[in-house]
Amino acid sequence: MNFILGILFSIVVVSILVFIPWIGVWAWDLRFVFGVIVPYAAIAIFIMGILYRVIGWARSPVPFRIPTTAGQQKSLAWIKPNRIDNPSNAFGVIIRMAFEVLLFRSLFRNTSLEFRQGNRITYEWEKWLWVAALAFHYSFLVVVLRHLRFFTEPIPAFVHWIENLDGFLEMGIAPFSGFSLPGILISGFVLLAALTYLFLRRLYISQTRYISLPADYFPLFLIIGIATTGVLMRYMGAFMQFIFGADWFSVPVVNVKELAMGLVTFHPVIPEDIGTIFYIHLFLVSILLAYFPFSKLMHMGGIFLSPTRNLSNNNRMVRHVNPWDYPVKTHTYEEYEDEFREKMVEAGLPVEKISEESAEDKTGSSEEAEKE
Amino acid sequence: MADVPKPKELVKIRHSPPFLTGWMNTPTEIKQGIACYAGKPKNLEYVGLPNPREWSPFDADWKLPPNWKKIILDGLRERLEKFRSLKIFMDICVRCGACADKCHFFIGGGDPKNMPVLRAELLRSVYRKEYTTAGKIMGAFAGARELTEDVLKEWWSYFFQCTECRRCSVFCPYGIDTAEITIIGRELLNLIGLNTDWISAPVANCYRTGNHLGIQPHAYKDMIDFFLDDIEDITGIRLEPSFNRKGAEILFITPSGDVFADPGTYTCMGYLMLFHYLESMGLDITWSTYASEGGNFGYFTSHEMAKRLNAKMYAEAKRLGVRWILGGECGHMWRVVNQYMDTFNGPADFLEEPVSPITGTKFENAKSTKMVHIIEFTADLIKNNKLKLDPSRNDNLKITFHDSCNPARGMGLLDEPRYVIQNTCKYFYEMPENTIREQTFCCGSGAGLNAGEDMELRMRGGMPRANAVKYVHEKYDVNMLATICAIDRAVLPDLMKYWVPEVDVTGVHELVANALILEGEKKRTTDLRGEPLPGMEDMDEEEGAEQTEGAEA
Repeated sequence: MNFILGILFSIVVVSILVFIPWIGVWAWDLRFVFGVIVPYAAIAIFIMGILYRVIGWARSPVPFRIPTTAGQQKSLAWIKPNRIDNPSNAFGVIIRMAFEVLLFRSLFRNTSLEFRQGNRITYEWEKWLWVAALAFHYSFLVVVLRHLRFFTEPIPAFVHWIENLDGFLEMGIAPFSGFSLPGILISGFVLLAALTYLFLRRLYISQTRYISLPADYFPLFLIIGIATTGVLMRYMGAFMQFIFGADWFSVPVVNVKELAMGLVTFHPVIPEDIGTIFYIHLFLVSILLAYFPFSKLMHMGGIFLSPTRNLSNNNRMVRHVNPWDYPVKTHTYEEYEDEFREKMVEAGLPVEKISEESAEDKTGSSEEAEKE
Repeated sequence: MADVPKPKELVKIRHSPPFLTGWMNTPTEIKQGIACYAGKPKNLEYVGLPNPREWSPFDADWKLPPNWKKIILDGLRERLEKFRSLKIFMDICVRCGACADKCHFFIGGGDPKNMPVLRAELLRSVYRKEYTTAGKIMGAFAGARELTEDVLKEWWSYFFQCTECRRCSVFCPYGIDTAEITIIGRELLNLIGLNTDWISAPVANCYRTGNHLGIQPHAYKDMIDFFLDDIEDITGIRLEPSFNRKGAEILFITPSGDVFADPGTYTCMGYLMLFHYLESMGLDITWSTYASEGGNFGYFTSHEMAKRLNAKMYAEAKRLGVRWILGGECGHMWRVVNQYMDTFNGPADFLEEPVSPITGTKFENAKSTKMVHIIEFTADLIKNNKLKLDPSRNDNLKITFHDSCNPARGMGLLDEPRYVIQNTCKYFYEMPENTIREQTFCCGSGAGLNAGEDMELRMRGGMPRANAVKYVHEKYDVNMLATICAIDRAVLPDLMKYWVPEVDVTGVHELVANALILEGEKKRTTDLRGEPLPGMEDMDEEEGAEQTEGAEA
């Protein structure tokens, strides 16, 4: 296995996943399968899978309190502790976790090694991974939240706010008051750009290229597929109409909402006039949901349970109990003294028991020992 | 032992892994200079570790038990159920590569399997094959592979090329800790008798004699007596420490390396002088020959062995009836004491919450484990003006401080040692910020890798640390590397000799004792190493004493 094979494999799998609904809907008209059955199955697998995985993790205990301390401990009163990176209580842990989950604090520390021949190491500024990771996760989140407009009636206010924020280009950009891009929501494009960067850096950086598995390329390509079909549906209809005189991409939003509402209210319907591209989009999303619990994407849940991050460094203050602790064989002081008693007595070290020999021979030193 | 290449040769490092050959297809070679020797049967037998036999990692046949695969896989399953850390770290890595260039072994060696992510993948690949559906069906396409003898040898090779320093875990966005992978990986290997001599011998020694070096009680006392002679020569004062004394208030435990070899011995003299200084102020402290080891090479073997060796500390404290325990300068000892000891062998309800008898300070951060770090103890003394210090005695030293991995990333003991150094020395310079505190670089020889036969590995692994020392040496003329770890004191002199020969190594309490003005001492002309104090370089001893007295008068 090398990176070429890994990438090819992932591309082939994602391509097949695009073709399945394409053929299924366009050629065989299996709209109910791809519009209702598959999404329901995917959601079921997603929820059950996540529960299964998280419960599986939670069933393994945390025998030792092993936080990675990334700052000054709480010790003497006059030494200022780092309450976030080396938390000594639950409040500190919550802040640490919030920074970790919301802002990827550890990734922010990233630097890049520059190795110069002749024994010179430097550590260069390298925040691109952090930037791209934030861009990816937050734009994806915005996209997901925006899609709530399809699943809710009436649409909650926050979805409108997010849309307005997302569509700030519509309002025009100061100082170019005349310049605006009507109908453009920035999140989809940020998402695609971040995904592209994350893919390219995997290829470009020799170390990540070496460690990357198909399981790393596949989700990237899958999400690229989802984002691309989404962008095509949203923006390319008019363009296609203009160029080819036929619009294969636009989908009637009202009908999509009808389908979505049918799914969430458990009264599934298959409205007419929704193009195949929508079913491809939906199928890829379904695959992502079903794949999620069994993949590295579970880092979303795992981070909350990571023992090096979610524990306080207060082990000398509060005893941590290991639930599977068991007694072990130790070498007791009695066994130790039995082996070395005479030498100890001779050296004037106190002992618990006086052996007969040494009591006779070394009265002086054993008296000393008795005093102790 | 393989010759270590010269520094000029060693720095020719490629950090780019092979282009087309995937790591699973790159066979592992057990190399002289990198690998440690195998554990001897007598040492395994002494503590009851499995499969004791004569074997060598450089032979093709490792003399494994016939059912080794079952033992390993059962062991792995058991540990997945026992350690949430392991289970989560097996599942959630996204291979972002942020850890890759953070490992000192990868930086100094360029072997891609020393990237923390790949070290973990060595284990993960087998985990996927055995315990995930995708891995069972899709094999290599799911990053899974069969556990074979070659895979096992690869594990042994790379789990003993990791110093469990946790630097990667600081940078990992999910906190994946390679130390945890290595610790459990070694635990698995030990189930079938795969170990190293440099770890299993100290373990057996410690079990029997109370310390890694196998120093028997009378010899331990003798060695301390030598220090008392030296201290008397230097200060004119004969100290009288006590051993195994019942009823003392405090039990003192330090790594046995401190009584054994330079420059740790000077640190040990430092402790002795500090305790003597404090005796008249109410310090009532005893040493123990039974609990004569702070370190814990059991921790490099298995959690169980760590617990078995650690048990001596509380057992001895209980037997002697002390109130609390004071611990010396050591690295992994403090990871164990801070994060494991209370869980392993507590509750220590027979001890009392530690209070400094000199300052009355309550060490609230140690109220459950009841063990205080001597740097915390001394920092508190200095803060409360309890020590008469003459820092000018250290004026010939330009100091930088190496944060040891475990006190840094398994505890957070960062500012206390700096406070002590800055109050005992005038010239102190920090290394670049990416190489200190929580981002500190390992000495390259921790976690039981401080053997002689793996010297090339050690020089490679220590290169990033040495590089930072070289930087402050060139910029500020730094000539002394201070540290609070016994393994550091044992291995950094070799590392410095190799990379920055102008720099020497010291423990922090050596600096304290040099500066400490003992009641009734004679005019000191040398430091604890017997080297002339600043301003006395050109004089013989007596002249020096007279002249400085004159000058002060």
